[in-house]
Amino acid sequence: MDMNAYLSMFIDESNDHLQSLNENLLRLETEPEDLTIVQNIFRSAHTLKGMSATMGFEDLASLTHEMENVLDLVRNNKLKMDSFIFDVLFKGLDALEAMVQDIVGGGTGKADVTSIVASLQTIMKSDYKAGAAPAAPAPAAAANADALPRTLLLDEFQYSVLKQSIEAGHHVYHIQVALMESCMLKAARAYMVFDLLERQGEIVKSDPSVQDLEQEKFDRFFTIFVISETEGESLQKQITDISEIESASVTLLDEESLMMLEAAAAAGLPQTAAAAAAEESSAAKEQTAATAAPASASKERASSPVSGGGVARTIRVDIERLDTLMNLFSELLIDRVRLEQLASEIKRSDLLETVEHMSRVSSDLQNIVLKLRMVPVDTVFNRFPRMIRDLSKSLDKKIELIITGADTELDRTVIDEIGDPLVHLLRNSVDHGIETTSERIAAGKPETGTIHLRAFHSGNHVFIEVEEDGKGINREKVLATAIKKGIVTQDQAGTLTDQEINMLIFAPGFSTADKISDISGRGVGLDVVRTKITSLGGNVTIDSAQGKGTKFSVQLPLTLSIISAMLIKLGSEKYAIPLSSIVETAIIRKEQILNVHGNKMVEFRNAVIPLVSLSKVLDSPDYNEQDEDETEIVVVRKGDKWAAIMIDDFIGQSEIVLKSLGGYLKNINAISGATILGDGYVALIIDTNALIK
Amino acid sequence: MGEELKVIVFALGSEEYGIEVDKVRTIERLSPITRVPKTASFIKGVINLRGVVVPVIDLRGRFGLTETSATENSRIIVVAVADLEVGFIVDSANDVIDINTDSIDSPPEIVGGIKAKYLRGIAKFGEGRLLIMLNLSEVLNKDEIIQLEQLEV
Repeated sequence: MDMNAYLSMFIDESNDHLQSLNENLLRLETEPEDLTIVQNIFRSAHTLKGMSATMGFEDLASLTHEMENVLDLVRNNKLKMDSFIFDVLFKGLDALEAMVQDIVGGGTGKADVTSIVASLQTIMKSDYKAGAAPAAPAPAAAANADALPRTLLLDEFQYSVLKQSIEAGHHVYHIQVALMESCMLKAARAYMVFDLLERQGEIVKSDPSVQDLEQEKFDRFFTIFVISETEGESLQKQITDISEIESASVTLLDEESLMMLEAAAAAGLPQTAAAAAAEESSAAKEQTAATAAPASASKERASSPVSGGGVARTIRVDIERLDTLMNLFSELLIDRVRLEQLASEIKRSDLLETVEHMSRVSSDLQNIVLKLRMVPVDTVFNRFPRMIRDLSKSLDKKIELIITGADTELDRTVIDEIGDPLVHLLRNSVDHGIETTSERIAAGKPETGTIHLRAFHSGNHVFIEVEEDGKGINREKVLATAIKKGIVTQDQAGTLTDQEINMLIFAPGFSTADKISDISGRGVGLDVVRTKITSLGGNVTIDSAQGKGTKFSVQLPLTLSIISAMLIKLGSEKYAIPLSSIVETAIIRKEQILNVHGNKMVEFRNAVIPLVSLSKVLDSPDYNEQDEDETEIVVVRKGDKWAAIMIDDFIGQSEIVLKSLGGYLKNINAISGATILGDGYVALIIDTNALIK
Repeated sequence: MGEELKVIVFALGSEEYGIEVDKVRTIERLSPITRVPKTASFIKGVINLRGVVVPVIDLRGRFGLTETSATENSRIIVVAVADLEVGFIVDSANDVIDINTDSIDSPPEIVGGIKAKYLRGIAKFGEGRLLIMLNLSEVLNKDEIIQLEQLEV
């Protein structure tokens, strides 16, 4: 079988499962008593194990297997989660992620995991000593079991579980499944049967063992003991509905038949041989929950419709195909504009109607194409809970991360870029924002610090806020540091507003941390954050109240591919200015231009703002505003600084498709990209930020 | 025994040059070029190549030859090297030939005023015709452009 065909599917699904493991483990850490979470974790781990074994990634499968063993004990109430176990499990997850990454990179997914496996096994072993205690309260059953002839089919514990379940009135089935001789993927089919049964109840024992089944170490038959509420006939029907299953015989067991079966097995009937082999390895796999079984079984049923039925039907599409679609669509958009022009020139009503209809369809299409590229910010947010957990552990602070609006959608290109800046901001909040536990208590705050991570839509923008209830920005300290590092002069310092002082922490080379930690404080973080966000066409602001906390607010454009822009003329050349940076347009007379220290300024709305000659900046070959008495200006804004740009003429407002100038023309001053106009000509997009000093 | 190589032949003045066919994406007639300010003088600007914005350079200017005005025969050869896609303005492009890699000799120091490092070699073909094979990655070398820009400033 050609595994490569399944590799990408395997990688995608493994990542999904790893993510869900991560999330659920974190949830479990806050609610250690919730067994349904353990069930979810167990199921993800189990699926992951099955997949990696099928794909031949042995190390991946064996590590998952060890983790699964520990989880199994937990979900069967034989082991209480503690921080040591969480740490080991998280370490295991990291190792799994590394292996999957290795596979993504074309590697074999091999890794040395002996230390983690050893820790997991220690947990297992210490449990077995402790595990004897919970087993003891059922002395009657144990004694009973002791009295029976010891067989190789079921061990003592499994036997007592089954027996107790029967006594408690639950259905216990003995299911024999035969696969078709032609079956190609025996392990997969067996897994499907297991999956089916696990959804309906609790598998107590399988023969051969689950490992052997997964590694296809069996012929065509296997036997399962299962406790389930479902009727036997329905179970049988569901199993035989799985393809390539030849037959399934489901027998309801009562105490007598259970004993008979045991006795028969002991007498050496067919199962015995296989059972003997399976026995030793099954020790770790047994599913014991005498008391937990009915409870968890019903809980599981309650939760399964949520996890199974509520999932939206999706397909995975290569991002490149979406880019191609986008490109093709923008060409269509250009033709549309051209057609509209032609139709208005020709003035034939049926042509106009058709073109109008096409315009409507294409704007619907535009919405859909843009929506296709939208991804929920959750794809970035989902790694943060884990990060905050690890950070707070290493800094010994108590921190709760509250995420809201994770379903807010952003363009894929923005999503890809926004991760690192957010990591920086969050790390900064944990390290500099939130105080240590003792400081918090002294300040009369709750022991646990809270970080809110919010995402929401507003107009054509998406806002992402990182807000903590920490100590807030110490403005005096910030100012002192800024002066010391030469970022502002003593004179300037006096005139700065609170907001401006806050923004100083984004200046390059700024760090107020008293000591450098490995989390932040090297002064390379925040200025990079701001640069990145501005390069995405966004903006970041700070609100801070000393002693109460700090809020970073990141404003991002919804999409990077289509924007509204003002088209302008400069002699024979056409340029586009993004509407988002335009404050106003106006016309000024030559007399209104002021000269301040040799710089041209203009009075605008009671303020004097610099006047920029676009023709000079762009070396315009055939336009000079000095030849005119009246000049059109565009007032643009960068943060709270304004400037007026002199242009030749306005053409109009238009939706334009952003295009890059390609790798050959990078970092051109005052030009941020290009777009293709309705007439097929290329117009350059002006980066107004570069015009404001 | 060398391999057969398919080569696009184009002309700059009286010299004939060659670029391997697999590096060439398309050959276009001259279309309106949008000037990009603050770039080296041989960078003529950008064109709309079926929805993709492609920078165009004048190969004569790139090699330091005198630039001439476009004629009916002028063509833009769009090449793709690594992740760069660039159009070359050439005087004409009208032939595809097969040459044997064995017939490519290493170039002399300077050919027709072009520095040897831009050249891959000289191939003889037909009756005494010489074909100058370009070293595209060197022609598109960005570091050098930055140096050139600094010189101009």
